[in-house]
Amino acid sequence: MIIGKSVTRVDATAKVTGRTRFVADSTMAGMRVAHYLRSTIAHGRVSRIDTSRARALKGVDGVFTFADVPDTPFATAGHAYSLDSSRRDREDRLILTDHIRYYGDEIAIVVAVDDLTAKKALSLIEVEYDEYRPLISGDDALAPDAREIHKGSGNCVGEHEYCSTDGYREEDTASVIAASDLVIESRFSTQMVHHCHLETVSGWAYMDDTDHVVIHSSTQIPHICRRIVAQALGMPIGRVRIVKPAIGGGFGNKQDVLLEPMLGFLATKLQGLPVRIELSREECMVNTRIRHPFKVNTRLGVNRDGTLKALAIDVLSNTGAYASHGHSIASAAGSKIAPLYPRATIRYHAKTHYSNIPAAGAMRGYGAPQVTWAVDCSMEEAARQLWMDPVDFRMKNAAMTGDIHPLSGKPLTSSGLRESLAKGRELFDWDYKRQLYSSQSGDVRRGVGVACFSYGCNTWPVSVEIAGCRMILNQDGSVNVHTGAAEIGQGSDTVIAQIAAETIGVDIKHVHVIPTIDTDHTPYDPGAFASRQSHIVAYAVIEAAQELRQRILKHASEMTEFSSRSLRLKNSVITGGGGLSISLEDLALHAYYHKTSGQQITAEASHKVTHNAYSFGCTFVEVEVDIPLCSVKILNILNVHDAGQILNPTLAKGQVQGGVGMAIAGAMSEELLIDPESGKIRNNNLLDYKMPTCADLPDIEAAFVETIEPKSACGHKSLGEPPIISPAPAIRNAIWHATGVKVNDLPMGPKELFVHFSQAGLI
Amino acid sequence: MFAIENYQQAHSIEDAVQLLNENPEARLLAGGTDVLVRLREGHKQFSHLIDIHHLEELQQITLQDNGTLTIGAGVTCTQLIKSELIQQHIPVLAQAADMLGGPQVRNAATLGGNICNGAPSAENASPLLVLNTQVHVLGSEGERILPVEKFYKGPGRVDLSSGELVTGFSIHHEDYSNTGGDFSKYAMRNAMDIATIGCSVVCRMDENRIDDIRIAFTVAAPVPTRCRMAENICKGAVPGAALLHDLAAVVHEDLKPRDSWRASKAFRQHIISMLVQRVAANAINKAGGKLL
Repeated sequence: MIIGKSVTRVDATAKVTGRTRFVADSTMAGMRVAHYLRSTIAHGRVSRIDTSRARALKGVDGVFTFADVPDTPFATAGHAYSLDSSRRDREDRLILTDHIRYYGDEIAIVVAVDDLTAKKALSLIEVEYDEYRPLISGDDALAPDAREIHKGSGNCVGEHEYCSTDGYREEDTASVIAASDLVIESRFSTQMVHHCHLETVSGWAYMDDTDHVVIHSSTQIPHICRRIVAQALGMPIGRVRIVKPAIGGGFGNKQDVLLEPMLGFLATKLQGLPVRIELSREECMVNTRIRHPFKVNTRLGVNRDGTLKALAIDVLSNTGAYASHGHSIASAAGSKIAPLYPRATIRYHAKTHYSNIPAAGAMRGYGAPQVTWAVDCSMEEAARQLWMDPVDFRMKNAAMTGDIHPLSGKPLTSSGLRESLAKGRELFDWDYKRQLYSSQSGDVRRGVGVACFSYGCNTWPVSVEIAGCRMILNQDGSVNVHTGAAEIGQGSDTVIAQIAAETIGVDIKHVHVIPTIDTDHTPYDPGAFASRQSHIVAYAVIEAAQELRQRILKHASEMTEFSSRSLRLKNSVITGGGGLSISLEDLALHAYYHKTSGQQITAEASHKVTHNAYSFGCTFVEVEVDIPLCSVKILNILNVHDAGQILNPTLAKGQVQGGVGMAIAGAMSEELLIDPESGKIRNNNLLDYKMPTCADLPDIEAAFVETIEPKSACGHKSLGEPPIISPAPAIRNAIWHATGVKVNDLPMGPKELFVHFSQAGLI
Repeated sequence: MFAIENYQQAHSIEDAVQLLNENPEARLLAGGTDVLVRLREGHKQFSHLIDIHHLEELQQITLQDNGTLTIGAGVTCTQLIKSELIQQHIPVLAQAADMLGGPQVRNAATLGGNICNGAPSAENASPLLVLNTQVHVLGSEGERILPVEKFYKGPGRVDLSSGELVTGFSIHHEDYSNTGGDFSKYAMRNAMDIATIGCSVVCRMDENRIDDIRIAFTVAAPVPTRCRMAENICKGAVPGAALLHDLAAVVHEDLKPRDSWRASKAFRQHIISMLVQRVAANAINKAGGKLL
């Protein structure tokens, strides 16, 4: 079995030796550069713009403003198209705008021979505004007299309510809570953070002829991007081609259409000249997407025996200047959290509003980290009030295989949550540490904390779940594998190679997964998001591989006159009775070049998936708090995951370490800070935005409980996003254990802890 | 791409002075870790450059016969950290240099640049202050020498006239001999960060009394600042918990931290009180003293 082995990443050597080509590594003769003119106010209208001096500057090829772009609004969210128009994303963007909705909104763009000329030209453009008061918070934006940021919206992007499917309604949840032995009520908030992928957002484009636009882009969603660009430019989809080379991280930010409509627009205007846009880090942090800040109120009803009876969650989500993924985030978050403690009655209400902050979109976890922060901090409160051990309390209420998902009404086909808690408890030596740190004094104190999560494996039943795969047997017996799965660093190409090698019966070194996605050639797949990639593509890869194997054996049968049923293909050799042995290379040469027998051997599959499965797991963490210095050091952190069968243990561990590292960042230090008067982001650079360095992160441990998910092609479940969900509440609960101080707002950095510790009289 | 209008390479220190006098709008380029950042941000005043980064005569660390330590302005942070002379005689400076930026920045950033940039947060400023460091300034009129404390004029401003450059720093034997020193940087990250508060203390013990102590902070006032009131209450005292407690209060007499979005004044003041106790205690220990 090669599935389940720690095969080296197919792209590892090329990446560490600098051979991998990212978008910005490629160019074309005559390449021009484009730079945006961005607003210096957060809310208002452009009353006058004069670009004449910029146009006159030597080296400037063109200056385009809001007056020059198509007036078709489009949605940017990376969701597969919905045939149901009521389910589509909010179409509220134009390529450029005179209606300023956040500080840095895009008014105009300059195309020039080089960056310095373009920037000089930008400085020559004169702009005047009618300025409005920036609406920063939910209170501002949803006030009855608030100015509409998007006409007709009332500044609301979406609102919905889920209840358990067993007949309960809101008042029933309320009455279950009221009838419980204890009622726990809390308020929480989460902050604005940015993805900080190492590769900034960039792309370049040109016209291939007079009709076709070609865009090379750092995107997670090439095929979705193609459709949206076509819509934005008013072109047929077939005339837009998106090429995705290697990607240096996306984390959801590139699950949005960002530069591509502009690149396509410019390509159509430049008479064949290619043009590049490469956002600076500063632009990336403000002018792409951020994580939605949430305000969450929770009400829990628990009984003395430790049973969670009911859970009511109320979310206010801030999507900023443009909807992007908009209300999908708060909506999905509610469905992803629902199966965590599924025997409790659940009511989930959420509202998403516009504001004049940067646009929020998808970011690893898709709302689940924000809601889990509130829920698992509330669970800690409940455990404390019940005088129960926090692990015991979660064990009692944790999802089990066969439990009914409260929202879908369907049984959970696999859950290793209780096993994960048990495994973590033992590996972490929880009981000993919990006791050891139970009563401390002094300046430096230690504590331990735990938190749980649940997460889906794809977007079903909200969106279509589809993946394609095409295989070609080359003359040397190797196999080229095309899929639409977007390798963005997560390792999908490697597990695709493993699944293909295993299913066909070839050596993995003879499998070449084509790393570049090109929408003119690559089978359809919406892309890398929702932790869906390996889960969904596996079906298509297996189907294509089985077909290729059958065709190989059929040709072997033609060559040998043995029945194909009597032949075997393993390790790239076909064997049969009487000592028959043919190498796959010999077979391939025969198939290609025999004058009459055989043909090029290929296979193709496109597969739709109509179910979802849930991943589960938990974080255990041990902290040391230096109270006078208001600083927290993580001594140990362990994530235990039920991600079903693990396809590649080294890659799986890497996902966990990366996700937990990112979670620690969001828990402890990262926050985009906004000036409430101007609406300007103060710290859109990596000096003032405190992304941790290798000197700040602890060693991160990962462990797995390998359930077998019966509906998954290889028994596997999601692992891309889940690691980021539970560390923040676990750290918060550990700080509470160490110091007696509970924090309900993120982040928990020294500046914030100073306020909390002062209020608690600790300093 | 940088918007450099004019770039000249100096062949010697004298040549650099001459070029500065011929090009009054020009700025010196040494490690580039501040200048190139500003240039990228579009600050035009850095578009005329005189490059001195390769001048070996600015990159020497020497111990003179009279015990004076001299450090060239072009010495990089990495050089400071690796220098046996620094490690042996004034390890507090190596400690500070090791907390500046990250490894790549330390390989390029120079001591002269760090001080001449005038930043209130400069890592190397507090150790130089507590070592009573002298700054050597060369202009067309010749050399002038002044204490680093006088060299700082305000945030981002130093006592450097047009046509002048800092060639190096000197530290007299009596200012470092038989001392123990310690440095601490309080920041939101353990690397690649700007200090929230920085602190250096050097101390000399006489039996178990404090014979001499010097305390300095960065980011605690418009310029890196010595805390003389705090120093005075320590001199002649037997170090102990009571003294540290007093120190935490008196240290504020000479400081005036800012209230900004990066950190509140109250938070900075709290950290100053905590750091001065910890850094002074460490310096006293390193000087051979015992806290009672």
